[in-house]
Amino acid sequence: MNMKVNIAGVEWKNPVTVASGTFGSGEEFSEFVDLNRLGAVTTKGVANVPWSGNPTPRVAEVYGGMMNAVGLQNPGIDVFCRRDIPFLRKYDTKIIVNVCGRSTEDYCEVVERLAEEDVDMLEINISCPNVKEGGIAFGQNPKAAEDITKAVKKYARQPVIMKLSPNVTSIAEMAKAVEAGGADAVSLINTITGMKIDINRKTFVLANRTGGVSGPAVHPIAVRMVYEAANAVRVPIIGMGGISTAEDAIEMILAGASAVSVGTANFHNPAVTLEIIDGIERYMEQQGFDSVEAMTGIVK
Amino acid sequence: MTRKREDAEILSQERIAKDIYSMWIRTEAAETAQPGQFISMYTNDGSKLLPRPISICETDREAGSLRVVYRVTGKNTGTEIFSQMKAGDTIPVIGPLGNGFPYERAEGKRVFLMGGGIGVPPVLELAKRMKCDRKQIVVGYRDEETFLRDEFEQNGEVYISTEDGSVGTKGNVMDAIRENALEADIIYACGPTPMLRAIKKYAEENGIECYISLEERMACGIGACLACVCQSKEKDEHSNVHNKRICKDGPVFLSTEVEI
Repeated sequence: MNMKVNIAGVEWKNPVTVASGTFGSGEEFSEFVDLNRLGAVTTKGVANVPWSGNPTPRVAEVYGGMMNAVGLQNPGIDVFCRRDIPFLRKYDTKIIVNVCGRSTEDYCEVVERLAEEDVDMLEINISCPNVKEGGIAFGQNPKAAEDITKAVKKYARQPVIMKLSPNVTSIAEMAKAVEAGGADAVSLINTITGMKIDINRKTFVLANRTGGVSGPAVHPIAVRMVYEAANAVRVPIIGMGGISTAEDAIEMILAGASAVSVGTANFHNPAVTLEIIDGIERYMEQQGFDSVEAMTGIVK
Repeated sequence: MTRKREDAEILSQERIAKDIYSMWIRTEAAETAQPGQFISMYTNDGSKLLPRPISICETDREAGSLRVVYRVTGKNTGTEIFSQMKAGDTIPVIGPLGNGFPYERAEGKRVFLMGGGIGVPPVLELAKRMKCDRKQIVVGYRDEETFLRDEFEQNGEVYISTEDGSVGTKGNVMDAIRENALEADIIYACGPTPMLRAIKKYAEENGIECYISLEERMACGIGACLACVCQSKEKDEHSNVHNKRICKDGPVFLSTEVEI
């Protein structure tokens, strides 16, 4: 049996990574998780310059999930390259750098800078619902998504994963657009825009008013979207959205994902990724699958 | 990889005031826990998945146990679930987390140990461990339900304020200091932000070294998600912006380090 997966030419030891923004650059979680066991570590979004993010409160719990509006706080690409890449390189895992920006130029600057760095893949965040400019502006319009994919691909030395937003009418159309732009893979879903109101204070719970909903509550939506995207494009799909157990991950793979990301569940149990990896392996043994690829997208 | 979420055994559970509960748990966290640190407590109910950061009220290192005193914040909340748990149940926890109060700096000094509302409990372990010249415990409550008062009285001079004036000084902890004409060389405080803001101002106007324990909504509790930030005076080395992580860089900060 083989847990390895090949995502756009990069071989991961297993199909499990972490969702950007839930795991920092791995340092804090390394006290709880042997990073060597992960297929890849996907880092928190990094921009060309430091971003301060949104005011607090930045998070709220909702039934079966949470909302966040952190606003892509990040230390900027210089500190990231100096501190975070060398830290992650100590581990035997793939490094996926999530890139954010406010303009096409911002994204390209980071991607160009990373071309010289020892990282394995890039994930381009065109789907953050919590920043006014950039992010989602590229992620809700197929033409804009295709254009930014093309622009980024000009500078990228590593395979490019385009991270898609669920806040669209047709995820299939968005996936096709970034594939047409040259994306090597797609990842989905980012968070779903939501709102929570404090009925005693009679105001919004999050300082940003709206935030991205994640966690088990969104999992069926994510499975549906992975299924639709998988049936629309040929590039590999990294599925995410509310995965908390091995069963959730397997559902996503059967729907069409070649690999999966675990996000919010890391907050409930920092070592959950290891349980998910072990659980997928057990399922493959029991069900007689000799590779993850053999499971991918078999539910038609 | 050295740490894990553990299932701690609940040793006792007691309601000590309206909506205020005291729970002793057996946990590895007891061994190293410092006053001012917190533990993340998790419900076993998957619909409430985020940890609740709860400050450490007391530790018994020899018994390997630790006490949390917490407020039930409403119906159908995680803290309500905690309050319904019984001795013998297990509760998932991670801890100790964050940085505690540097209580060794109090040696030979006149000290204020200040707590307000649900910021009162961590003051107890701090008072128990601290060696100082004059230990003035100034604690503020809503009303006559002055939980932990007996324990405080065994550990220092106690001054109480209540919002309704039913016990001690009517008003807040700053009013209690003024009414009793108290003075200190160093301050340690935990409580709601308006209280901490007033203490920070008082300390800085009087040139007093002051440590405050901040609170914010958290997600991971270990410094990765950047949800629970506060504004820092200088650019923070980790964030590379003027933000510090309350869970990881705090929750205790030197008052002059942060803007609140």
